[in-house]
Amino acid sequence: MSKPVVATASLAGCFGCHMSILDIDDRILQLVELVEFNKSPIDDIKTFTKMCDVGIIEGGCCNSENVENLLAFRKNCKILISLGECAIMGGLPALRNGIPVEECINEAYCDGPTVSLNKERILPNDDELPMILDKVYPLHEIVKIDYYLPGCPPRADLIWNALVALLTGSKMDLPYEVVKFD
Amino acid sequence: MEATLQKIVEKYGKDSARLMDILYDVQTEFNCVSDEAVEKIAALLNISGVDVEQTRSFYHFFTKKPAGKYAVYLNNSAVAEMMGAGEIAKAFETAAGVKFGQVTADGKIGLHYTADIGMNDQEPAALINGQVFTSLTPAKVNEIIAGIKEGKCVKDMITTYGDGVNANPLVKSMVKNNIMNNGPVLFTDYQVGAALKKVVEMGPKAVVQEVKTSGIRGRGGAGFPTGMKWDFCSQAAGAKKYVVCNADEGEPGTFKDRVLLTEKAKMMFEGMAIGGFAVGADEGVLYLRGEYRYLQAYLENCLKEMRDAKLLGNVLDKFKFDIRIQFGAGAYVCGEETGLIESIEGKRGEPRNKPPFPVQVGLYNKPTIVNNVETFCAVSKIIEKGGEWYKGMGTAESSGTKVISISGDCAKPGVYEVVWGMTLTEMLALCGADAAKTQAIQVAGPSGVCVPPSQFGRKIALEDLPTGGSMIVVGNQRNLLKDLSLNFMDFMLDESCGSCVPCRALNHIMKEKLEKILNGNGIKKDIADLEEWSNSLSKTTRCGLGQTSGNPISTTIKNFRNKYEELVKDVDYHSDFDLAASVQTSCNYVGRKPNIHH
Amino acid sequence: MGLFNNLFGKKLPVETPLDKVQDTVSSAKEVIKTDIQKEVNMSNKVKFIIDGKECTAEKGMMLVDAAAENGVYIPVLCHMKGMIPAGSCRVCTCKINGRNMAGCTTPVDEGMKIENDTPELTELRKTIVEVLFVEGNHFCPACEKSGNCELQALGYKYQMMVPRFPYSFPPKAVEAGAGKIYLDRNRCIMCKKCIRTVHVDGKNVFAFRGRGAHLEINIDKTLAAKLTDKQAQEAMDVCPVGSILRKEKGFDEPIGTRKYDKHQIGSEIEKVS
Repeated sequence: MSKPVVATASLAGCFGCHMSILDIDDRILQLVELVEFNKSPIDDIKTFTKMCDVGIIEGGCCNSENVENLLAFRKNCKILISLGECAIMGGLPALRNGIPVEECINEAYCDGPTVSLNKERILPNDDELPMILDKVYPLHEIVKIDYYLPGCPPRADLIWNALVALLTGSKMDLPYEVVKFD
Repeated sequence: MEATLQKIVEKYGKDSARLMDILYDVQTEFNCVSDEAVEKIAALLNISGVDVEQTRSFYHFFTKKPAGKYAVYLNNSAVAEMMGAGEIAKAFETAAGVKFGQVTADGKIGLHYTADIGMNDQEPAALINGQVFTSLTPAKVNEIIAGIKEGKCVKDMITTYGDGVNANPLVKSMVKNNIMNNGPVLFTDYQVGAALKKVVEMGPKAVVQEVKTSGIRGRGGAGFPTGMKWDFCSQAAGAKKYVVCNADEGEPGTFKDRVLLTEKAKMMFEGMAIGGFAVGADEGVLYLRGEYRYLQAYLENCLKEMRDAKLLGNVLDKFKFDIRIQFGAGAYVCGEETGLIESIEGKRGEPRNKPPFPVQVGLYNKPTIVNNVETFCAVSKIIEKGGEWYKGMGTAESSGTKVISISGDCAKPGVYEVVWGMTLTEMLALCGADAAKTQAIQVAGPSGVCVPPSQFGRKIALEDLPTGGSMIVVGNQRNLLKDLSLNFMDFMLDESCGSCVPCRALNHIMKEKLEKILNGNGIKKDIADLEEWSNSLSKTTRCGLGQTSGNPISTTIKNFRNKYEELVKDVDYHSDFDLAASVQTSCNYVGRKPNIHH
Repeated sequence: MGLFNNLFGKKLPVETPLDKVQDTVSSAKEVIKTDIQKEVNMSNKVKFIIDGKECTAEKGMMLVDAAAENGVYIPVLCHMKGMIPAGSCRVCTCKINGRNMAGCTTPVDEGMKIENDTPELTELRKTIVEVLFVEGNHFCPACEKSGNCELQALGYKYQMMVPRFPYSFPPKAVEAGAGKIYLDRNRCIMCKKCIRTVHVDGKNVFAFRGRGAHLEINIDKTLAAKLTDKQAQEAMDVCPVGSILRKEKGFDEPIGTRKYDKHQIGSEIEKVS
């Protein structure tokens, strides 16, 4: 019997959630036994090569590339999991929500304290660049999400417990310490 | 400014409990209550600046920035919109040269929307510097704006007057009474003072008993037995007690108190005095909604005449009782009796927690009875003709008569005094509406029920369809969910005091979901969600307003489910996210064309 | 005891003894049946039942406090023992004698039957917590109060994985010019605790501004400038979320060892029994 296939991605996130996946320590060896990884930064597979069983996504959507990526995951994964605060509610990138996007662009490229060389106020507008969304969107506002694992990052045990439950079809173990929003 | 503020504050005895009056005077004087004024008033009253700001920011008619030398407040509630307020708004904008929510550059004309102003029978209507302009047409709007530009006094722009007291020199208002049906209790002969002469002979206990016998229940909508309320208050400890008359009828579609205040003011004041005698109170307050300020001079004169006739003040030389008028300033929730009490005390009109009830701890923490205008009027008649007489009319649970305000798609909008127990079908016939062309009747305003034709056999009675007096007829041509439910939800959101979480926030979420459905982005689950959430709302909110605030949605789902189902998609997920729209602003700003691949 | 003594900080006397008020007017429907002159019980203790457990407390005590004395936890966000109840968060909604009522504003009475820990009430309370999360901007990972926040702790208690409601991301202003206090309205849940407890010169330092969905907390900058370090700390401590912070002082404890990191909110109350 073939192993379940897992794909992962980091959209508008910091890769902290992926670090937390790795934080399951030696259980990662069991995980490799249990599942096969497809598109994921963990194995550096860039595009989907087959239909996956589980897609795990960290980060929300702050630009058009995030959206396209997310749509590809929805298309190629039977189950999608929002991993971490950014995927669930936009997280820290969403601190910009409520501030007009023009102001954000100015702050980033012209007026921010770390900007010193852009006196002509050139704004990035190459067609190859992702386009910036009006706000940072939680994933479930764009596609259907099946499960949510909160935390910043989600505790390694929460991720492990969730995967075990999914792969074995058993009820998820949720001890008090593993569900945290920070 | 300093000197004027000082004068105003001193006029009210430097009493922070009179903050509503102080803010009104300041608003009138300076056309706004600026931050600077707030700080100065606070200093003069020796209270915190944020407390003054709290009250100022709660009421619609107190503004931080100048509202315009001529401040136009156009009603945009459901019936006004049905009767063409949209067209009138456009006419105002064109003539004045500014949009609603703005003031002209010279500060002369300000255009503002406001919730129901109690003129549903003569919409579209607007308030301009407190004067009422009814049955507006674009031509009339042009005339008004032309008059304003000439600098005319608002009062002088009113040339034709309404019937009855509306034409009284102290009122001179174009408002019409539209009394369409006279009943045996209120719109009938009334001898000022006859009831008071009777009560001083009866003694307080007998008065309470008579009111109990009549079976009258609160006419504001909640239907609490009046006699019982008075009994509790009369037995509450303490020498100082208050009588408060709730004339804050803000429920869209209700305007019957306006007519009673106009035509039966003394009957109401007499009822308050009877209440004072019965419970042992020597002070009464008429809490009158700011929208009815055009009646102020007339009502003050009524009070004076009654004092002169010893029907107030040293009443018939037997007991002391006098009344003052306290104005509201545009807040529906002040119709809730404890929100109203808070407002009289100069605070934001946030309903109190109960218990304790006002009969024990009311105005200034003293035992207080709060009754509706219509209740006090009826009491005068009950005393005159006896509780048994009154009890003989109506249904088992609802004795006597009820004044109903009917508006919307009918030939004869106006007020109808009817005996409790009439069916909606009978009411439709009475007001000249074609049942076949009526898709719904909104009974008891936004917080009431949207009744479908299959239930038009139901009775107006506390045991079936309770109402504070509003009936809106909705013709087949209307978009029920958009014209009514959505408008009502906007109203509820705007009028919530905001203090308790479900009323403040859950209503907002529900309204957005309704908009999502109306925009064609709803799914089946959204209907179930709305049902569940309005259920949670009614179980957890703090006051009566909150508990019923989801009714515009929940009662239409219950009675008009098909209208929702027609709009939603039968899928288990749908996103209204639009990539092209969401990148538009940033692309424009950086100077590139959006390239959407899919 | 002044029930509504918030007449701009000035006290108003109540002439009717409170226990009598509560005794007689416990609900609108019951008022109809209650005889106002009923003799007040000589004993001040009353017995009542919460989820089948027999409890005893001082008559007239608010239910949430009375329950806590009996080792029963009823969640609250806007209440603290000794504070005039606000009844604004509604998280303490219980079913009392068959009716949904707030536990923080309902005084206990003899024979009261209370439902507290039921699936229906848990669902209602979870709904309110979720509403609060989407109504404001609660970025837990960046909040100084994370781990000590009562709203977050209730999110943990009810295992909120994601709120069922859409996030609204409302723009909210922060106030950094108020003396020793930094007021972050993004996190405020409008519980009124600061309004009720923080005073300077007998005046209210905090008040509401606006109404409805636009309601927000407001701080009097002139008065706030007079707050002592101790008062500023008390203001921060009374805030159930991270809305009131003392300037130049974020937190002492690292994430992982804070109040609700390991122990569920209310567990200290439930341990008593």
